[in-house]
Amino acid sequence: MSAPTYDLGKLHGGLRLEANKAEATSNPIQPMPVPDVLVLPLAQHVGEPSQPIVNVGDTVARGQLIAAVEGSLGAPIHASSSGTVVAIEPWPVSRRLGSRAPCIVIECDGKDTVFASANALPDYRQLAPKELLQEILQGGIVGLGGAVFPTAQKLMQAITCDLEYLILNGVECEPYISCDDVLMREYAREILGGARILMHALGLEVCFIAVESDKPQAIQRLGEAMAELGDERIVLKQVPTIYPSGGEDQLVQLVTNLEVPTGGLPSDVGCLVQNVGTASAIYDWIVSRQPLTSRVTTITGDGVARPMNVLARIGTPIADVVAFAGGYTERARQLIVGGPMTGKSVTTDRVPLVKATNCVLVLSEPPAIGNEMPCIRCGNCADVCPIQLLPQQLFWYACADNEKKLREYGLTDCIECGCCDLVCPSHIPLTADFRTAKARIQELADEKARAERARSRFEARNERLEKERLERVEELAKQKDVAKQAGPEMIAEILKRKQQEKDKD
Amino acid sequence: MEFARKEAPYLSPEASVPAMMLQVLLALVPAALAHVWFFGPGFIFNLLIATLFCVGGEALMVRARGKDPVIALADYSALVTAALLAFALPSLTPWWVTATGALFAVVVAKHLYGGIGFNVFNPAMAGYVVILVAYPMEMNLWVAPSMGDIDYVSLGILQTVTYTLTGNLPADLGFDAISRATPLDAMQSGLRNMQTYAEIRTNPMMGDFGGRGWEWIGNFIAIGGFWLLIRKIIRWQIPTGVLAGLLLPAGIMYFIDPGSNASPGFHLFSGATLLCAFFIATDPVSAATSARGRLIYGIGIGLLIYIIRRWGAYADGVAFAVLLMNMAVPAIDLVTRPHIVGHPRGRTR
Repeated sequence: MSAPTYDLGKLHGGLRLEANKAEATSNPIQPMPVPDVLVLPLAQHVGEPSQPIVNVGDTVARGQLIAAVEGSLGAPIHASSSGTVVAIEPWPVSRRLGSRAPCIVIECDGKDTVFASANALPDYRQLAPKELLQEILQGGIVGLGGAVFPTAQKLMQAITCDLEYLILNGVECEPYISCDDVLMREYAREILGGARILMHALGLEVCFIAVESDKPQAIQRLGEAMAELGDERIVLKQVPTIYPSGGEDQLVQLVTNLEVPTGGLPSDVGCLVQNVGTASAIYDWIVSRQPLTSRVTTITGDGVARPMNVLARIGTPIADVVAFAGGYTERARQLIVGGPMTGKSVTTDRVPLVKATNCVLVLSEPPAIGNEMPCIRCGNCADVCPIQLLPQQLFWYACADNEKKLREYGLTDCIECGCCDLVCPSHIPLTADFRTAKARIQELADEKARAERARSRFEARNERLEKERLERVEELAKQKDVAKQAGPEMIAEILKRKQQEKDKD
Repeated sequence: MEFARKEAPYLSPEASVPAMMLQVLLALVPAALAHVWFFGPGFIFNLLIATLFCVGGEALMVRARGKDPVIALADYSALVTAALLAFALPSLTPWWVTATGALFAVVVAKHLYGGIGFNVFNPAMAGYVVILVAYPMEMNLWVAPSMGDIDYVSLGILQTVTYTLTGNLPADLGFDAISRATPLDAMQSGLRNMQTYAEIRTNPMMGDFGGRGWEWIGNFIAIGGFWLLIRKIIRWQIPTGVLAGLLLPAGIMYFIDPGSNASPGFHLFSGATLLCAFFIATDPVSAATSARGRLIYGIGIGLLIYIIRRWGAYADGVAFAVLLMNMAVPAIDLVTRPHIVGHPRGRTR
């Protein structure tokens, strides 16, 4: 069955990249055995790190809550298998700043005992949307497309907006990554189930499932599952295979022809976007009562022996995942968590697979490219920018540290997709430069805010001192008045009393 | 296992500046061969001298600026400047004229502005304009194309070398004996002397559209230009703009008064029209950058070429048109900024 095509919006620029996905999708998802050790970072999501509620030495079971939400934005963390907590300490993790973060380390007993208390939930359709959202919060579910925004809070924000469409993101546009593709092939029913839960929770009547045209098997499977389900509110939309059409705002633009306003969210134009993996995780939690303790991850690249998609426990060390995929090849030189366009390079394979890890990419040494040269203003970068920015101008202003122009030319709108880097004949690392420039203008803004706060504090202090001075003057005048009325004897007495007080001191 | 830390994206760019420049040079080869075929070996000497001084000037300037000359020269941009300058020169040009143009192009127009990427003006055109103004006589010595049936005197290799090195013609030949007005010169002066277009076209130097020989070089330049378009080294907006900006007014004027105006076909195949459209105006550094901006920039150049040819003092106006539009680039870039996705539509500040 071919997917019905609907009117699609237009995305500016983008790149048609070599997919390199076939190596990993030639086999079904391979379930990974429980590793010896699980390493669960406390911050696997956007927001505050979770707070451990277990101690070193405690035994835990699969699905047991081990770290609870701290603050207003976060997601709980569950043990991915049974075993003993052996440490709560900093451990190497994959993230851009700093290489270590606090983790709960569990030594697995291999029995994979399931935590007992997860009570059954009545049919979700019986629950009010608010209750359902509260329930989703408990499942530890975060956006599995890579943004790892806590799903429950995203939904709670969205429900306050005038929503029209739920969009499930099955557009896995970055090369090499295929975990969503295989998930749609093998778990189409769960994904649709998740979509229906989301629609119920948000009171929505339209759901688009967007899938790229280069995933015919996923489209076919979803089509079959949809026919089986017979829910006409869910519509499949096939989108062209152009990177970065899977970016949240880009997908909204592609599917609805609406532009997400700068600094805004898709909910501002009536859309809520969820990754297909997230939908499946919601289904697993709400219907099967399984919290988010495992995910499908692609392990691929010319640096691993047998590229594949694995179903791995959250917290599995990447070294174990690589070993499961046949180990490194001799050419392995780069280890990247995520895709080749936006992933994070890590220095050690001790880092664990986390909720965000959609791909583990091992690549050989990149081909030697020439030196970085001055920009020749060819404009290739502007041609491919999906936001229609002018990277060559931004680069110019970034070199000049011109904050005003950087803002005017939309630096903060840059999604760091990396398209401009790939077409630059001068080999300027534009995306990396823009990341630095963004941090820099954020720093300037913070500085400004600090200065502003200091200024208002200073002014408040002056105001207070002036007020106190006036009060003192007034008080003195009052005392003088009283003294005048009382006459010279009284004054003498007061002066005497004051003198006595002084002497006492 | 331990790995090196890098920054995303991890895929490597395919294009490179040297590769682009080399392809531009390659695209000029057919036209260069045609040039030698029709106008003799002078082009080769001009090219050698221009290359020598462009590369030498660049090496010295890069050194003076405290950078590694080897890296700077490896972008081949000096070679492109030399090639474009050589195409603009008469095939018989004394070496010091070429050297002046080449040095001005690279030293003043390019490196005094900060080197590749920072030059406001197209270096080759800046160099060309300087020698056009400084050496008007030498720059007017165009030989007639070698077409067999035209009565002309041509110089052999040795005589060409002698002239290039000393500026002396063989004793038995005067300046007037070998120089010919270019078709553009003939057309401009003819029309101003109240000859009709049809009359001027009976001159044996005129070909099907432009001048004989010239139009063949134009064909080969266009072939090279289309190849660059296919290779995506250049984009369609600038060539289209230049040609539309020149040919539309030429067509309108020709339609109104075909007696006293040259046809658009003549304009297309004369002078440096095609070289400008595909190779000169398309220099990215000194051109506008947005798609709309490039179109406006091209149209501006085309219009200026027409105005200079029709009403100006010079027979061809390519170099002046390009330099004038180079000045307009910052303004064009400012007003043609694209709409940023997610920003409110309407006028930008």
